[in-house]
Amino acid sequence: MEGAASRRPLRFVRGAVNSTATPLLEARGVAKHYGPVVALRSADLSVSAGEVHALLGANGAGKSTLVKCLTGVTRPDMGTISVAGRQARARSPMHATRLGLSPVFQDPALVPDLSVTQNLRLTGSSVDAVRSQLDEMRLKVSFRELVGDLPLPILRMLDLARALTHDPQLLILDEITAALPSDLAERVFDVMRDRRERGRSVLFITHRLAEVIATCDRATILRDGRNVGTMVPQEGGEARIVEIMLGPEAAKAEAEASRRDEPEAEPAEAEGDAVLELNDIRVGGVQGISFTLRRGEVLGLAALEGQGQDELFEALAGQRKLEGGELRVRGKAFRPRHPYDAIRRKIVLVPPDRLLALLPQRSVRENVAAPLYNTPLRWGPINMREEGRRVRRAVDALQIDMRAARQVRRLSGGNQQKVTIARWLASGFAALLCNDPTRGIDVGTKRQVYALLRELAADGGAILFFSSELAEFPLVCDRVLAIYGGRLTAELAGPAADEATLLQAMHGLELDEAVA
Amino acid sequence: MTVVPEALERESRLDVVRRFLVDNPVVVLVGVLVLLFVLTDLVNRHEAGEPFVTWNQLSTTFLVAAPLGMIAAGQTLVMLTGGVDLSVAFTATAAAFATSWQGGNGTVQGILAGLAVGVGIGLANGIGVGVFRVNPLIMTLGTSSVTFGLLSIYAGRSFEKVVPGFVAGLGSDRFFDYLPANLIFWAAIAALLILGLRYTGYGRMLYAVGDNEVAARLAGVRVWQVLVLVYALCGLFSAFGGLLLVGFTNNPDLGLATPYLLQSVAAVVIGGTSIFGGWGSYSGTIVGVLILTVLGSLLTLLNADEWQRQVIYGAIIIVLTAIYARVSGAE
Amino acid sequence: MSTASAAPAALEFRGAAPWRRALRLHGWTVAVWLVLLAMVPYWRSLSEGDFKFDLQALAIDALPLCFAAMAQAIVVISGGIDLSIGSLMAVVNVLSAREMVDMSVRQALAFSLLILVLTALASGLTGLIIVLTRIPDIVVTLGMLFVWQGVALWIMEIPGGGVPVSFGDLAVGDVGSTGIPNALVAVFVALLVLWVPLRWLRPGLAIYAVGSNRNSAYLSGIGVARTRVGAYMLAGLFTGLGGLALSASSGIGDPNSGATYTLNSVAAVVLGGVSLLGGVGGLVGVIAAAYVLTLSKIILLLRGTDPNYANVYQGALIILVVVIGGLITRKTRS
Repeated sequence: MEGAASRRPLRFVRGAVNSTATPLLEARGVAKHYGPVVALRSADLSVSAGEVHALLGANGAGKSTLVKCLTGVTRPDMGTISVAGRQARARSPMHATRLGLSPVFQDPALVPDLSVTQNLRLTGSSVDAVRSQLDEMRLKVSFRELVGDLPLPILRMLDLARALTHDPQLLILDEITAALPSDLAERVFDVMRDRRERGRSVLFITHRLAEVIATCDRATILRDGRNVGTMVPQEGGEARIVEIMLGPEAAKAEAEASRRDEPEAEPAEAEGDAVLELNDIRVGGVQGISFTLRRGEVLGLAALEGQGQDELFEALAGQRKLEGGELRVRGKAFRPRHPYDAIRRKIVLVPPDRLLALLPQRSVRENVAAPLYNTPLRWGPINMREEGRRVRRAVDALQIDMRAARQVRRLSGGNQQKVTIARWLASGFAALLCNDPTRGIDVGTKRQVYALLRELAADGGAILFFSSELAEFPLVCDRVLAIYGGRLTAELAGPAADEATLLQAMHGLELDEAVA
Repeated sequence: MTVVPEALERESRLDVVRRFLVDNPVVVLVGVLVLLFVLTDLVNRHEAGEPFVTWNQLSTTFLVAAPLGMIAAGQTLVMLTGGVDLSVAFTATAAAFATSWQGGNGTVQGILAGLAVGVGIGLANGIGVGVFRVNPLIMTLGTSSVTFGLLSIYAGRSFEKVVPGFVAGLGSDRFFDYLPANLIFWAAIAALLILGLRYTGYGRMLYAVGDNEVAARLAGVRVWQVLVLVYALCGLFSAFGGLLLVGFTNNPDLGLATPYLLQSVAAVVIGGTSIFGGWGSYSGTIVGVLILTVLGSLLTLLNADEWQRQVIYGAIIIVLTAIYARVSGAE
Repeated sequence: MSTASAAPAALEFRGAAPWRRALRLHGWTVAVWLVLLAMVPYWRSLSEGDFKFDLQALAIDALPLCFAAMAQAIVVISGGIDLSIGSLMAVVNVLSAREMVDMSVRQALAFSLLILVLTALASGLTGLIIVLTRIPDIVVTLGMLFVWQGVALWIMEIPGGGVPVSFGDLAVGDVGSTGIPNALVAVFVALLVLWVPLRWLRPGLAIYAVGSNRNSAYLSGIGVARTRVGAYMLAGLFTGLGGLALSASSGIGDPNSGATYTLNSVAAVVLGGVSLLGGVGGLVGVIAAAYVLTLSKIILLLRGTDPNYANVYQGALIILVVVIGGLITRKTRS
């Protein structure tokens, strides 16, 4: 079943590779609505041959819907899509691939209960071709593994390798770098550069502006379901991108807000009481870590993928058993065996995957109030007024958009994330464990989250913070601890935790500067 | 500064109506019920020369529907958590037998025996599903098998079957000629359930566990507690149903509640409760129960053969659920 | 974007150890067969009959359940469930018994082929309804359960009819002089002819894929609707075989004959190692599970237990096995 050879995409007319010539992909006036919700109003997109083109926009701006229309996952209500000058609309992802558009979605198109080989065979991909693509990316995976046994980042790379075997004219990467460790992300950038050198193109959907500026030739920005600007990212920088993404008034307010966000040059020395003490903790990849989380501080944890940070968060929140070491909450021993034990001691978790934390069909109010009734003692009649008050306070503090409040699944990603935080505001907490709280949400909401976390700390809360975006650490944290090889390798003051330094520490390297 | 996340257009009036129906599916169902009543009325006038929508007939309809209403109540709660209880019919029958068996020793003893049996079976189910994480289909299948076996043994033995007077009255009396005693009972239970689901912490937890068990656990809910209790409650309601049934027939029989198993699932589904959990209500189930009961009367009036009843019954389930899915725009 | 300093060495990723994988994929099947074999000595010690004769009886008794369970397994692997299998078997039973009464063996066989085609189409229709209306399969198959039950009653109101003697022998006899029951052979022939060719090729893998994760299957280009309907159709073939087995072994048609097979098929599927979530398991274990269920019933009867107690024990047995099985799966998964 030699897939690659027999399924080559249509050979387009090869003229001079010229970006003013017929664009490789052109979408005009694409519109799509789901019931009363208009996801795309009239979106345009034009990608030339031989370029890396970014697709940006806040959550709800229409990026994922546009990609779904381009790749045949959904049918647009209106609009035209042309590939190399010929009108062609993909009817399914397979069809899109035949047209020369190969998508790589955030959720890998691989089923967990079959092996890699079986998965590839199912889709008619050549096992050898995929393996050679992986070799080019300097990755090795045994194809006999069951897909369910492999970690998500590897599955994404497999998906990418498979897409590459079709030699697509346009490679569409939908938020592929979200939750990819930087070493794998590097390989993705290499792939993107390579495509460009061969005269092919890449459509890169992401929330990470720094990556866009470093890798993309042009960027199209969507807002409210339409294209509000196509620009060269390097010319305007992040500020310009954010301005276009949010709209001029919003951007101005953002700029003011973020100026207020700037942490002081001197990290506020947290002298508060110890809330959570870790003593020689062993769990997952963590081999012996000790630190103290105090009231009034935001403590960051920086680590590469798979260093045990997820297991650490889970253990602290009561979802996983510790393998060794001792925990204390406010001086007293803490041995949680169930999330309830942790929540009772006011240690609460905001998980990286908000789908794990939310009740999709229930209302915002029910979601926010959920932990209040987690014990049989509270199963009796609800004091609706008291509940209403708590929920309202939390919703206001987070500025949650309540328009689709009846079912949380109708909210945008950013609002959903706010709900996962709001529930702990409503129930009260001593330590808030945030594992990648800003994953996959838009810039505007991210800034709100940063400001909120700093505020909560200032009010006496203790916050443990992990992010896969290094740029966030200096904005949010008072101190940052780096983990590598299962141990702490460095402790930095928040403002000193710039990307370069962090990366060195995360790789276990000696730091250039003295540690704060 | 809030970023506007969803572009919500101004909705046309049709969309507003549509959304109201989606969020309140009970309205559609009541419409279907009314339609059925009208249809039955027309057929009755044609066949027997009398209208169907009389006080007497209405009263009988509710009388007949009440036991199913009880059994479907338990099934509703279980299905809200994403499970299903296939043992409700034999639990009801077992409760009826227990009551008759102890009935000779006194009314209270009889009733308590029946309820205890129901709760006991429910607890067994709950422990299996909640503590040992057995799939509800299998667990309740197993308990129903065990219950049926035990029942067959006891039914074989001859013992004095005394249905307590109170139970018989509850099952078959009507006040003022038209108000069935069991309807009063049903109404009380219904009120408790509807209010309970909406305004108690346990109600919230049922929806939470059914909607996303992982998220519920992360919020500190000890899911096994919720599940053990819900199956025990289901057993209790099945027992109520069994008591009402035996009160009506005055004769505990092995096949007493057998048709009620699938009817209970059908009533809950027709009533709009999602089979995957996390969405639904008892008010919908009530209308579902009534629809099935009136449908049964209609088919009897049409002198439908048994096989015709079955086919129509099955088709109705599919058609009604399809309509509901279409109206609510389920993904 | 700052680069990590070092090593362009290839990154290697390993999942679970191979023996672990093998255990996960085949462990349950092996365990069920071992349980079955372990039951045999006990069974022999209780029975006073000739082994060949007893084996014959066991195989005949288990045959309809085997087919029903195999049908259910295919549907469950594809991510669904079918509560109407028993009723459809009853339809096949009464239809064949009514028509075959005066047929010759050749005619009966030809008619059987026709019935198989019809059953596949009927089951495919159920699958089509599920896919087109997007109603959950439990609900649709629950409805179809009633529909087929009604059809069975319409075809034959009370038990009756018959089948040609040699046709009955196909189920009841044994292979030449070897003493291997036809019923046992039939199961494995069906397995080899209908399932094995597909299981490792695209159609079979697609069924597993759709059961494993429907969305990923769709995104990787599998025709999900087509696969699901196909799974129901394939299951329909086995359901038809089950109904024919009923006719052949009992010699008559009975519209209520299918009643216990639906739920027992689900039990056999779970006991056989197929996950109710889909995507995991195989038919070989399910066959053993059907035999285990049947044999345990026979053992209880041999012990002289009241047939009603047999029901009790069977129910308790099912629960016990599933609980233990669940505990074991959780251990191996972590």
